[in-house]
Amino acid sequence: MLGEGILKGLAETAKNFAGSFVSKERLTTVEYPEERTPLPEAARNFPFLVYDGEDWEKGMRCVACQICEKECPPKCIYIEKSKDKKPDYVGKLQIYPAKFDIDISVCMSCQICVEVCPFEAIKMNTEFELATDDRFGGLLLDRKQLAHSNEYYHQLHPTEAADVDARLAEEKAKVEAKAKAAAEAAAAKAAAGPAASATPAKPAAPVAAATKPNEGEPKA
Amino acid sequence: MSAAGTKTELVNAAKPEGWNRPPVIAPDEIEGEVLEVAMGPHHPSTHGVFRMDVGLDGERVIKLKPVFGYLHRNHEQLAQTQTYLASMPYTDRLDYFCSLSNNWAYALAVEKLAGQEVPERAEYLRVILAELTRIQNHASTIGFLLQEMGASGTPLMYAFREREKILDLFESLTGSRMMCNYMRFGGCRVDASEAWLAATRKVVAGLPAFADEFERFLMSNEILMARCQGVGVLKPDLAINAGISGPMLRGSGVNYDIRKVDHYGVYDRFKFRVPLGDHGDIYDRYMVRTLEIRESISILEQALRELPGGPVMDPKAKIRNFRPKAGEAYGRIEAPKGELGFYLISDGGPNPYRYRVRPPSLINLTVLEDMCLGANVADVVLIFGSVDIVLGEVDR
Repeated sequence: MLGEGILKGLAETAKNFAGSFVSKERLTTVEYPEERTPLPEAARNFPFLVYDGEDWEKGMRCVACQICEKECPPKCIYIEKSKDKKPDYVGKLQIYPAKFDIDISVCMSCQICVEVCPFEAIKMNTEFELATDDRFGGLLLDRKQLAHSNEYYHQLHPTEAADVDARLAEEKAKVEAKAKAAAEAAAAKAAAGPAASATPAKPAAPVAAATKPNEGEPKA
Repeated sequence: MSAAGTKTELVNAAKPEGWNRPPVIAPDEIEGEVLEVAMGPHHPSTHGVFRMDVGLDGERVIKLKPVFGYLHRNHEQLAQTQTYLASMPYTDRLDYFCSLSNNWAYALAVEKLAGQEVPERAEYLRVILAELTRIQNHASTIGFLLQEMGASGTPLMYAFREREKILDLFESLTGSRMMCNYMRFGGCRVDASEAWLAATRKVVAGLPAFADEFERFLMSNEILMARCQGVGVLKPDLAINAGISGPMLRGSGVNYDIRKVDHYGVYDRFKFRVPLGDHGDIYDRYMVRTLEIRESISILEQALRELPGGPVMDPKAKIRNFRPKAGEAYGRIEAPKGELGFYLISDGGPNPYRYRVRPPSLINLTVLEDMCLGANVADVVLIFGSVDIVLGEVDR
């Protein structure tokens, strides 16, 4: 019969239409600004810099090695190294980025900076409501705007962040054990030479300073 | 008319054997004045920025010149100035509907170049992701085709509803819905969790119902048949001569599927059939895509059942300082749109000496004039839609 195919198709449409009143599963859209679907854990948008502790400037993990700047495909990262040094999470003195800019109008969210970073310092944010009326300045993020706490990272990617924390803790324990062994050796040496006074184990001190709650403004 | 024939016959007689082109209409047979129309670059039917300079005799197309290049982004030259890894996210942006198959084709070429092995689990994951990509690409292509036929919205929305589920899977695995950037040389970037596999199994279990619905919805629709059957015929010999691949070629009845020919990845372990058309018209191409969705579902079911454990990345693979030895390689896969190939020459340096993409969209588009000559203007839109192109891949 001519027109049978059309009727069949219309029956399918009618089924979907009527079904949307009965079954919630058929409603596939949400009213966006009021209602939001949760983002998956792996979601990524633009990079941010992770810092430990309270002060973003002191706790910044980035050591300005510039690997991400080199590997970034669209070259949206700009880094300037600092002249002085500050202690990193294991207490070793490292340079830090005096300038760290990401132009998110250029960034293509490919995550290669995250993959190549050996210091777990750069991670992907999931913030996507970034509309601004300032086309150039508003999309060029400096290191203060990029800095987010480790807690924030835990909120975004809990599983991945837990892995990273475990790895960093392991590394720190290794370094501390090494320092302790060195200190013990030094102490043994000092004991051998009775005139010399015992020197305190140095490397532990800066870590304590870095993790101490400071006056720097906390950032969510 | 004389025995020597009209100008048309002379023009057609001068063509080489096997070049089965529809008759070109000679200027003295045109009834009215030739009207030249530029369809595009901002025409809603052109899927992006593409122009067709169409010569019209009334409603009939007597000339069609495709004009490319509006979306040229210097892809190949960029890749030659960057590391191998840095080109991976750019391949997402070639055919932005099927970023995962683009990733695979590029990874395959580099793996051939560097002689890298891919762990079994990664191969299975690649198959799963590529077939999901194929399903969502074919579904939305059919949706777009019907949209252009005048079925405003509904079929496209049904296709997109299904595509959305697949894109959600991509997002939860790779972090991005369309620009996945997931595959790496020697494996995949992250492993799929059990939760993700369970979600995928659920989506795949729902896909046959969608395929049924889509078929009931449109396959026997009389208007669709009247518009599609016998329109835009592509003869198999022309298709082969012009290097057409993918559903376009199979719609013309040529049995050629790179998954079956090359057995790249682990495709030789799965049982699936290659659907073929008879007439090479729009309806056949549409049917081939519909049937390919079903075959992809069966591949997905097999792959999800047999997915082995183990690592997803070759432990010897390097992310940074990757320098394959000097040489050349061509890696190709059966992308949803046809044969997608990457040709690479390495001189041992960190970036390729030559990087060339063989895009299915561009090469499938070269027969557009042959299919459109003699057709109506309204059919040009349909014929163009049935080619299934993405301008990001055509212009690169």
